[in-house]
Amino acid sequence: MLKVEARGSESRFWRYASPVLALLLTGVTTSLIFLAMGRPPATTVYTFLIQPLIQQDGMSALAVKAAPLIIMGVGLSLAYRANVWNIGTDGQFNLGAICGGGIALALPDLPMILLFPAVLLAGLIGGAANGGLVAWLRIRFNANEILTSLMFAYITNYLLIWLVTGPWRDPMGFGFPQTAMFSDSAAGPRLIADTNLHLGIVLAPLVAVGLWFMLEKSLLGFQFRVLGQATRAARFAGFREHRLVWIAMLISGGLAGLAGILEATGTLNQLTTTLSPGYGFTAIIVAFLGRLNPLGCIPAGLLLALTYLGGDAAQIRLGLPNAVTGIFQGILLFYLLGCDFLLLNRITWRAAAARGVP
Amino acid sequence: MTEVLVAFLVSTIVASTPLLLAATGELVVERVGVLNLGVEGMMLAGAIAAFAVAHLTATSTLGILAAIAAGVLLALIFAVVALTLQANQTATGLALTIFGRGFSALLGAGFVGIPASPLPKLRLPVLSDLPVLGPVLFSHDVLVYLALLLLCLVAWCIRRTHLGLIMRAVGDSHDAAHALGYKVLAIRYAAVAFGGALAGLAGAYMSLSYTPMWAQDMTAGRGWVALALVTFAAWRPFWLLIGAWFFGALMYLSLYVQALGLSIPSPFLSAVPYIGTVVVLVLISRDRRRIRLHRPAMLGRPFQSRT
Repeated sequence: MLKVEARGSESRFWRYASPVLALLLTGVTTSLIFLAMGRPPATTVYTFLIQPLIQQDGMSALAVKAAPLIIMGVGLSLAYRANVWNIGTDGQFNLGAICGGGIALALPDLPMILLFPAVLLAGLIGGAANGGLVAWLRIRFNANEILTSLMFAYITNYLLIWLVTGPWRDPMGFGFPQTAMFSDSAAGPRLIADTNLHLGIVLAPLVAVGLWFMLEKSLLGFQFRVLGQATRAARFAGFREHRLVWIAMLISGGLAGLAGILEATGTLNQLTTTLSPGYGFTAIIVAFLGRLNPLGCIPAGLLLALTYLGGDAAQIRLGLPNAVTGIFQGILLFYLLGCDFLLLNRITWRAAAARGVP
Repeated sequence: MTEVLVAFLVSTIVASTPLLLAATGELVVERVGVLNLGVEGMMLAGAIAAFAVAHLTATSTLGILAAIAAGVLLALIFAVVALTLQANQTATGLALTIFGRGFSALLGAGFVGIPASPLPKLRLPVLSDLPVLGPVLFSHDVLVYLALLLLCLVAWCIRRTHLGLIMRAVGDSHDAAHALGYKVLAIRYAAVAFGGALAGLAGAYMSLSYTPMWAQDMTAGRGWVALALVTFAAWRPFWLLIGAWFFGALMYLSLYVQALGLSIPSPFLSAVPYIGTVVVLVLISRDRRRIRLHRPAMLGRPFQSRT
């Protein structure tokens, strides 16, 4: 019979093997779902996961999708390590895009060298402001950050809708709910001219490396890890919990805001009523798939970016709704969390006769 | 004036019903020490299951049963990962919400834009025809009364029965409950399944009665508002009712004011229920002692039997 025993300490092997196992199980489960829907699993999985990569410009599309996910996932890794449950990064993403977009629309004629950094900075500040508000409500009023951060995702979305249908609507836009296009100097440089390979593709790995250093190599990072794993120990050690909550929310919020403004200037080139195709929730999966390690968020972000491209491919080529992306992501997170059971527990097969021996 | 008042009261009760159903389920889940953040996902699964089955079989009762089944099924996935495999409950609940949104959108793709007839309303002779009281109290559909009945049952069960005592013990000290011989995991599984059933019912109310149709993400954050309500109520059943009415009224008023055609931009009014949730959470949570007094002590903590 199957027997479960505690390992006593964390298995190093399973620490890296469990995400792989989770991915395999997710592949099997989604294949079964496709089969149940009367689709041949092999071709469907091929269309979903391989096709987007080998088609023309597949790699650059992947990089463009992955950049915001990596940036947001990195910030969340930090926050979750400290048990700060920021789940409303969509709100910080929106507010970042709104603040940066506002500068871009107000001063379109400034030279790029001035305007683009100002736009990015405004995005960062907008996201951090929303994150900071959530931190303040938690620290000052004890309000649960899970719910408040998520409510701000809805509230900022309505703010965005108001702006693009009201004061910021493009007067030449035939009444469509969108702003004017950003000027070239607001949209920022391109890695290759006339593509949407924007600066975020370079920034994302830099942010990941920077936060990895902070989390793994600095005293502040150590305090974060202790706070998350042993809150009481952190208090006895004299770490200032409030300060850590502030920093976690400001950094994860600021990075989400940066992702928002990079997405708005880099790929959309304007503000519309919906900026984030669910990046907020996807970034949570990026953080967990990356083992709450900023460097791990890079491959994790690429993989989850692929699920978006795959959802689009499945919609165009197979006529499947692109909600398949959400199912894949949800199942992946379940398996990721479930497989971590193996980190601390060993499952062995034992003959029933062995029982009863003291 | 009376008409406006009657419309206000009726709409408030209608708008509060899905919140009340989902929050009553979550309250039971949290009282046994489990935090399931997947309410939104389970509601959406319930909404599409109810609509699809009611549409295909032309029987709304079967639709309601399907919604319960869908909610329970999703809740059990959560239970396996969060209770048996002891994963982080916050993250597992989020996975459930993400999965439920995708799952409902996939199943619902073929049902978008199909109109449906709403659930039949109660018609009592004499009583339903009373002025004011008739429309406000005696003219709703079955789920409205079921929501109130379930709330009373849950309140009675938690406060006055032996089962309620066991539930509270499991939620406040699972090790002590285990030592007394109670099956902590089994009780938590049952509570999570009950929460799923009620979230499914809340979804059914959305797609069969509140707006009788299916639209992607049609619950629009109500699952999260229901979670906030449980904190607002400080885990006490009857306070849920007050909270649900408050948010129901807020949702109705934001629509009503939009219809008046005032110069307030409608996105602001649409945001009012979400802003209200933040404000209410802040007002309630600032009293740390009260929260600590009522919060189930084991909320969110995994239970591991050491024997």
